[in-house]
Amino acid sequence: MSRESEGETNSSAAEAAPPCPTVTQRDQWMVESQVFQIYQLFATIPPNAKTLMLELQRDNHMEFLSKGLRHLSSSFSVLDSNRPWLCYWIFHSIALLGESVDDELEDNAIDFLNRCQDPNGGYAGGPGQMPHIATTYAAVNTLITLGGQKSLASINRDKLYGFLRRMKQPNGGFRMHDEGEIDVRACYTAISVASVLNILDDELMQNVGDYILSCQTYEGGIGGEPGSEAHGGYTFCGLAAMILIGEVNRLDLPRLVDWVVYRQGKECGFQGRTNKLVDGCYSFWQGGAVALLQRLYPIINKQMEGTSQIFTISDVSEEKGILDGTSSHATCHDGRHEGTSESCSSDFKNIGYNFINEWRAQEPLFHTIALQQYILLCAQEQEGGLRDKPGKRRDHYHTCYCLSGLSLCQYSWSKHPDSPPLPNLVLGPYSNLLEPIHPLYNLVLERYREAHEFFFAES
Amino acid sequence: MDYFRAVYVADERSPRALALTAEALQFNSGNYTVWHFRRLILESLKIDLHSELGFVERMAAGNSKNYQMWHHRRWVAEKLGPEARNIELDFTKKILSIDAKHYHAWSHRQWVLQALGGWENELNYCTELLEVDIFNNSAWNQRYFVITRSPFLGGLKAMRESEVLYTIEAIEGYPENESSWRYLRGLYKGETASWVNDPQVSSVCLKILRTKTNYVFALSTILDLICSGYQPMEDIRDAIVALKTTDMDKQNNDDDEIGDQQNLNIARSICSILEQVDPIRINYWIWRKSRLLPST
Repeated sequence: MSRESEGETNSSAAEAAPPCPTVTQRDQWMVESQVFQIYQLFATIPPNAKTLMLELQRDNHMEFLSKGLRHLSSSFSVLDSNRPWLCYWIFHSIALLGESVDDELEDNAIDFLNRCQDPNGGYAGGPGQMPHIATTYAAVNTLITLGGQKSLASINRDKLYGFLRRMKQPNGGFRMHDEGEIDVRACYTAISVASVLNILDDELMQNVGDYILSCQTYEGGIGGEPGSEAHGGYTFCGLAAMILIGEVNRLDLPRLVDWVVYRQGKECGFQGRTNKLVDGCYSFWQGGAVALLQRLYPIINKQMEGTSQIFTISDVSEEKGILDGTSSHATCHDGRHEGTSESCSSDFKNIGYNFINEWRAQEPLFHTIALQQYILLCAQEQEGGLRDKPGKRRDHYHTCYCLSGLSLCQYSWSKHPDSPPLPNLVLGPYSNLLEPIHPLYNLVLERYREAHEFFFAES
Repeated sequence: MDYFRAVYVADERSPRALALTAEALQFNSGNYTVWHFRRLILESLKIDLHSELGFVERMAAGNSKNYQMWHHRRWVAEKLGPEARNIELDFTKKILSIDAKHYHAWSHRQWVLQALGGWENELNYCTELLEVDIFNNSAWNQRYFVITRSPFLGGLKAMRESEVLYTIEAIEGYPENESSWRYLRGLYKGETASWVNDPQVSSVCLKILRTKTNYVFALSTILDLICSGYQPMEDIRDAIVALKTTDMDKQNNDDDEIGDQQNLNIARSICSILEQVDPIRINYWIWRKSRLLPST
């Protein structure tokens, strides 16, 4: 991984007098040197030591997470308006590790979130504050992660629907809160919540596709607002939202794929934007975007066909492939995903569910072993918790998204979304294996299924 | 916080309530409820919003990566209207001088330009930033924003010629710079035929390929071109073949084939080379190759 590939020599080698490095170059080389130092050390140690270095520090991570939970009740001032997020980051991480906490702690969390629930719908960042779409997403995802009757029943869906409707803007976007900011993140968190709680409807989906489409940039990725720079977080949000409303075919998917795959660099992890630094959290935002795109081959193929003037790609090959069994791009038999933009009115309600039930084994588009290497060797803090990069401090946000990204990698080649992967696809000891997730919502699959049964029971 | 809660619940819109919001925000600048209440008070009291800009700037000094603060700033600027324009452009410029890729600052700046104007110098500003750091993708993005939306420029088509020259120069200086390659591609957005047919594009690729260094983007550009109908001439084909290493499949002798099959072979060769020289993306290049031809 650290070997410089042919053709990628430093430009200054080709020039007589090397110019002064720019800020981007300097910052990048500093990170590279730190990361490569770790990889080089890793390369030189014996196999037992290698296994040790690659081990996911489950116990230490659990301790870090439990400590975070205990702090949740006491003051944590900067995140005072973000406490549902802390709940989600911590509980989701615990669930990914396949662990759980005391019933009492879980009960406290459910009660706490209930106190964040606004009587008129939605969840606030803390009791007594205004409801906010992002904290609503965090609260709902936490309650689903906790699972169980009490937790799931505590969500007032009718009022929540009303709140989302009030935040809805004519241009298709959503405001984060009463006269708050509008961006792609708000679209995703709103649509995700509505979808998973089975309260998604035409009114909420109206023009969302137009808005997100206007945020896809010339680079191929998606920015926060129209005109903003393509960014990993917003790319995941935009892509996931488009899938959930059945309009993903409107995006320029080949360009999107091309942009995302180039976000994985020689450090092995993902960066958030072109020419920026690697960061562990993008293991999920970018890795997740690729994981979603892998499920969209039929649509991507159609789009590539459309722009190709020489090669008639899919028709001949897929037909032949299906006949002799060599096709690995088996077309989705669900007409909606084959590129039609019109979705039956009730179809979109099941998109989330069908997404994992119509799973096919597909080869991943990014380097899943390399990403695992970055997460385990560079993002892990041996004393517990995960981080952005070496030299940065651990925190719960990065713990959540590094672990989510790790899970994605481990299951990226799987035939079924929750079938255990072959050992060679899991970097390090097999005990590193995490729980599988639903990549559209970033929920542990088992918990998602329970929630789906609960919220879709009537229909 | 208790005092704040009291006035909030009472919905008191007084100077002391305003002061309490300031205190509460020192305690937690991410509290959007407090920011929102502050806006209600500012409106009710009809406070001069110029001083409010000062308040936000002081808050920014503490933590500039704060959604709420930037949203508040946008709200204030919108209320002040065109008179806030230069202040806002200066303010974002200040932030960008510390962190030239600051996402919120760029979003705010884009909003200012669209809502309040000030486009005249923006392209120059981008050029300045790129002179300092040609790898600054935010500056490239802003450049695209300006050439496509500025009412003083003619739009993408009109700007294409000069921008292509600018970009090619940037590419030749630092062929490993992804920003410039993506920007070049972006200049032809919606007009693939123009992109395929512009000899400048293939010509810069050829130049880079011949140096045999930092040629990943040159190769992938040729690949994309071929997939859009481009038929590479002999010089490009030769330059690509020259990059193949001994262990690569040399069976596809392009000389024997013509037309589509020849293009197919070259495209396959490119994918093979990229699998080797851009190994982190090996799965992507394998997939691209598989999209090129029917299984034989």
